[in-house]
Amino acid sequence: MKLFEYEAKQIFAKYGVPTPRGFLAKTAKEAREFASLINAPVAVKSQILAAGRAKAGGILFADSPAEAEKAARQLLESEIKGVKVQSVWVEEKLAIKKELYFSITVDRAERCYVAVASAEGGVDIEELAKTSPEKIVKVLVDPVYGFRAYHARQIAKKLGYAESQMTDLASIFLKHYRGAVDFDAELAEMNPLVETTDGKFVAADTRLIIDDNALFRHQEFVSRPMEETELTPQELKAQKSGLAYVKLDGDVGIIGNGAGLVMATLDAIHLYGGRPANFLDVGGGASADMIAVALDIVLSDPNTKVVFINILGGITRCDEVANGILEAQKRVGVTKPMFIRLVGTNEEEGRRILTEAGFHVLDSMEEAAQKTVEIILSGGD
Amino acid sequence: MLEYGTHIVAGVTPGKGGTMVHRVPVYDTVQEAKDAISGDASIIFVPAPFAADAAFEALDAGLKTIVIITEHIPVRDAVQVMFRARKEGAVVIGPNTPGILTVGECKLGIMPAHVFKQGAVGLVSRSGTLTYEIANGLSMHGLGQSTCIGLGGDPIVGLSFVDVLKEFEQDEQTKAVALIGEIGGNFEELAAEFIATEGYSKPVVAFVAGRTAPAGKRMGHAGAIIMGSTGTAASKIEAFKKANVPVAEKPGDVVRLLGEKLGR
Repeated sequence: MKLFEYEAKQIFAKYGVPTPRGFLAKTAKEAREFASLINAPVAVKSQILAAGRAKAGGILFADSPAEAEKAARQLLESEIKGVKVQSVWVEEKLAIKKELYFSITVDRAERCYVAVASAEGGVDIEELAKTSPEKIVKVLVDPVYGFRAYHARQIAKKLGYAESQMTDLASIFLKHYRGAVDFDAELAEMNPLVETTDGKFVAADTRLIIDDNALFRHQEFVSRPMEETELTPQELKAQKSGLAYVKLDGDVGIIGNGAGLVMATLDAIHLYGGRPANFLDVGGGASADMIAVALDIVLSDPNTKVVFINILGGITRCDEVANGILEAQKRVGVTKPMFIRLVGTNEEEGRRILTEAGFHVLDSMEEAAQKTVEIILSGGD
Repeated sequence: MLEYGTHIVAGVTPGKGGTMVHRVPVYDTVQEAKDAISGDASIIFVPAPFAADAAFEALDAGLKTIVIITEHIPVRDAVQVMFRARKEGAVVIGPNTPGILTVGECKLGIMPAHVFKQGAVGLVSRSGTLTYEIANGLSMHGLGQSTCIGLGGDPIVGLSFVDVLKEFEQDEQTKAVALIGEIGGNFEELAAEFIATEGYSKPVVAFVAGRTAPAGKRMGHAGAIIMGSTGTAASKIEAFKKANVPVAEKPGDVVRLLGEKLGR
């Protein structure tokens, strides 16, 4: 779960990480009032979840409340990176001397968390890792004793700081780490962490992505403001139904059981010249109702021209899948050509049910994928 | 699992101690089970919020092979489990895995038995049903399997491809390996590097799912996500090519490529 910049900043501020004085504005007038309150030049920042806001014109600067109002109005009426801007964060502009980078994230190969830092912040850390890996400092976080004060000091020193600046910076790293752990962060990032002209450190931009699998222990996020265009109607419905769904930009609707199988199905469609409209994994042992919901979601996507259902049933029962398809037929009507590949547990029963209902069932994934794409390419119906 | 011939000697479900399920005695705690009956592995189906607890309990009781079927375990918990397991010299398979199956001998997991046939192909995969798909294809073309291991679809899992490749190399039953990867992480790249630098005595064929997955989106599995430019299918395929490991374009090609390698 990605949090907005303002949410992340509010959280880290509670842990003692210095952040610029800022306020959330939903209207241009509010932005003006906040800029007035701050009584100094401000940055007006679109609160969207996509990265790369600045480059896309999502961050504007204002020297007066009037300018802040104008900037906010401009941003609030616009779409940045394809997302409608619903609010802006008006914060005190910093006098930047240097931009640093610090994050806590997961190192999969080491199977633990890792602290990543660089004296070259404000840029794409991945790019930096490729072009100048020597500029990046990494410290693995021991699962027992964690990221400690001495680790933080070592990093601060490596970034070139000494004396009180070193200890100040280290203290911020530590506070940031504590927030990251408490919030089950997949990624907790300060980029840039600014060294101001008077030698202080302030987190100018913070990102926090909470591990979705840990949300059950962060109940306060269960109902939080969602980015309006972050989820399409199909994605929203899928989320409510507990289905794994990703909208893509093609026209072949895809449903399967098992993430790897579905990914491979997407790849196969692409290999044969088609373009998947979506990824949808019904998971293991899906009920007829789940299948019906899945099919409804895929069919409700106006881009879907044909549907390919790929089932290799282990704990998933083919007769259950067949009944689900019939259920969808009853509820919403199956209005598009559909290719069904059905193999596995109770396959005979499943095929019987579908064939009797007039559906054609195949047993080879490749053949089914090819036939699906042929329909699209031939412009047929 | 019992049907397959696995010796399930005890069940552990807090509150259900003293009962029997399919003629297997159930206990309240792992230690009680272990005190009553000797066992050396554990398979965990406990719901995500409590699964790590179950894993710790198994490790505490001295069990050295832990299969965690459960999906959606928090990363923070998984990190702790893996660390403890390593300290205890225990092997964790998963989480979010269909388990491990040695054909004709033992199944610790949920894999559908009927798709697997006895043979010499070692199968190691990050996926569930895609693995069955490939096993099915192999079985239908006379390329049976020795052992099949699901690493799990999560970002933090116990065994890696390299770990299993090492096991397969020592395993007499295994004459060739089918490695099924997907986007996310760098386990495939590490496997390719291992094969390229250490050399590998048996033929390996790979498949990588997610060539067409968009960046930044989680494709079902918690570990199947391209972060920025890390974890792309292209990077994995490139790594395998450099290591002279043929990469199948579609699941069916795994059969063909392995057949070629085995001279069939």
